[in-house]
Amino acid sequence: MNERTIAVWDGKVRIRVQSRGSGPALVFLHGPWGLTWDPFLDELAKSFTVHAPEHPGTTPETPDDIHHLDNLWDLVLCYDELFQALGLESVALVGHAFGGMLACELAAAYPARARRLALIAPLGFWRDSDRVVNWMMLDPARLPEYVFRDPTSEAARRMFAVGADPDAAIMARVRLAWAMGATGKFIWPLPDKGLKKRIHRVRTPTLLIWGKEDRLVPPVYADEFTRRIASARVQTVDGAGHVPHLERPEAVARMIREFVAG
Amino acid sequence: MKISAFHLMPHRELPDDFEKRYESVWVTPPWWELANAERVGQYYNWTLDELLFAARAGFDGVCTNEHHQNAYGFMPSPNIMGAVLAKATNGSNVAIVQMGATLPTSNPPIRVAEEYAMLDCISGGRLVAGLPLGSAMDVNLCYGITPMEHRERYREAFALTLKAWQSRELFAWNGRYYQLANVNLWPRPIQQPHPPVWVPGSGSISTFDFAVDNEVCYCFLSYSGAKAAKTMMQGYWDVVAKKGRETNPYRAGFLQLVAVAESDAAAEAKYARHVEYFYHKCLHWPIQYLSPPGNQDYKSLLAAAKSNIRRAEDTKALRYRDFVEKGYVIAGSAATVRDRIKQEVVKDLRVGNLMVLLQIGSMPHELTLENMDRFAREVLPSLRGEWDDDGWVNHWWPERLRGAATSRPTAAVAAAGA
Repeated sequence: MNERTIAVWDGKVRIRVQSRGSGPALVFLHGPWGLTWDPFLDELAKSFTVHAPEHPGTTPETPDDIHHLDNLWDLVLCYDELFQALGLESVALVGHAFGGMLACELAAAYPARARRLALIAPLGFWRDSDRVVNWMMLDPARLPEYVFRDPTSEAARRMFAVGADPDAAIMARVRLAWAMGATGKFIWPLPDKGLKKRIHRVRTPTLLIWGKEDRLVPPVYADEFTRRIASARVQTVDGAGHVPHLERPEAVARMIREFVAG
Repeated sequence: MKISAFHLMPHRELPDDFEKRYESVWVTPPWWELANAERVGQYYNWTLDELLFAARAGFDGVCTNEHHQNAYGFMPSPNIMGAVLAKATNGSNVAIVQMGATLPTSNPPIRVAEEYAMLDCISGGRLVAGLPLGSAMDVNLCYGITPMEHRERYREAFALTLKAWQSRELFAWNGRYYQLANVNLWPRPIQQPHPPVWVPGSGSISTFDFAVDNEVCYCFLSYSGAKAAKTMMQGYWDVVAKKGRETNPYRAGFLQLVAVAESDAAAEAKYARHVEYFYHKCLHWPIQYLSPPGNQDYKSLLAAAKSNIRRAEDTKALRYRDFVEKGYVIAGSAATVRDRIKQEVVKDLRVGNLMVLLQIGSMPHELTLENMDRFAREVLPSLRGEWDDDGWVNHWWPERLRGAATSRPTAAVAAAGA
């Protein structure tokens, strides 16, 4: 495991990147609950050099760096600077939820950067008839049952630090709340921030992955992407909620591996 | 000291099972099931009549405030109410205390500076300018402001407001959140350099620093009463002392629920169900609404998570006698109320600008007038002289009203309250 912190935005925003594996470059952009290196990333690292950056502000050591960014345009430019610093020219871009929306924005802004685009339950659109549940307004005690199909699973316990010692549990709660706040800064109060105007620029082969029992972002949102990206196709994951890559890591990693190779 | 009558303008007739049937009194209560515009028109008029009654009965000021999508208080525009009060109280010495229009929900925020200047002009310089941050429910959940930007927007808007009132020249404001090329306010307030500023807070520590640094009156708007506020207010006075400012009690405002009757027993008979309605129904909302992620800065989030402060008491489990005993409400005979306010609010919290909430929850119009009348005749006169011997100047009160005695209760007013 290689861990680096790269300063972008004129040195004001420090982005910590964990990298592991070998093979073609793959960048994973995490969702609203921060990054933990997990079995899904381990699976991907068997076939790719996986780079997993932490979104600005979500690294516990540098929480206030987020205040240097005002909007999605700033964030996209930060990632452009990060890719330059990492020497990444053309990568497989994978993102979950908020990270999926961001991956799509990056592919629209810099079409040459994304060789393949895999979006897991991405945000980015809004339908009045199928509202995205605002996870930031849920009772924290009920959040696990919205994120996971099985809130008692090992992956859920890991994300929500169930059973951790009291001090670690407190820090995990703070980290989770601040990660939601820092990513929420770019999508409050609704996750439609104009991707619909920009998505036509995406020409990359695209795969949508959705848990069949996603209670946060209904799987019908896949249609918003397939309507607008000619090459996009959808694969659903049985027995999974909003985080299929954590609930079925091997299955989702295999989908991505085959898609990128194909 | 100065004593003002506060009003929330609540829905007074929520169903008995409201808190069981609905998830929240704020943000999501369904209007079409719960309210009727004709009846709500009656509530607004009662509210105005009650505050005008208080103005005539001898209170020093009348207070309105802003909330949105909220059945316990729905004055989305406190300045509409304030305009009626300003006009109707002309010729008196009553302050128009706006507690107030919320800066981050006003776009551009100079709208608040303009309307306050109008109120100051209409009232002949009797405005107290409350400049609240606004609750997360109002600002983040109802008005869509990003939680992480809430405080920064407020602070920028606050600076803009003060400059807009005072600048002798047209200026450009090139802010992070607000850009205006031609700020040139019409009208300007009568009070110079600007009306007294009160900053209401709900106990957030970062607001203490802000209040002291900006030389404003910090007002703790609590529904939990003075007893529970002691530690919090001590924290404020510690900041005042640490920053080397004089501990003038008029730097502090406090809101207290009060109910007065012939005797302690009569108070229970008259007010118990209204007090319980207030705490059981009006303050019914999911706890996470208070602080969506990002609303608290990182330092405060960390401090809150690490401290072992127990969660706020479950008020739904408390009854009238608990609320009185614990000081949520100061209720009873005039003597009981007077003594408790002197001890728990004036002395223990060192408060010079007291606000009292006398219309509580479902309390009907006539009973509200009775409560106000008793307070004005039997309690208020003995509180007014508090702090006088210490020689403090209330810099946070309209200058022309600082020494003024307000009108005495008249026979006609008393009769209306009987």
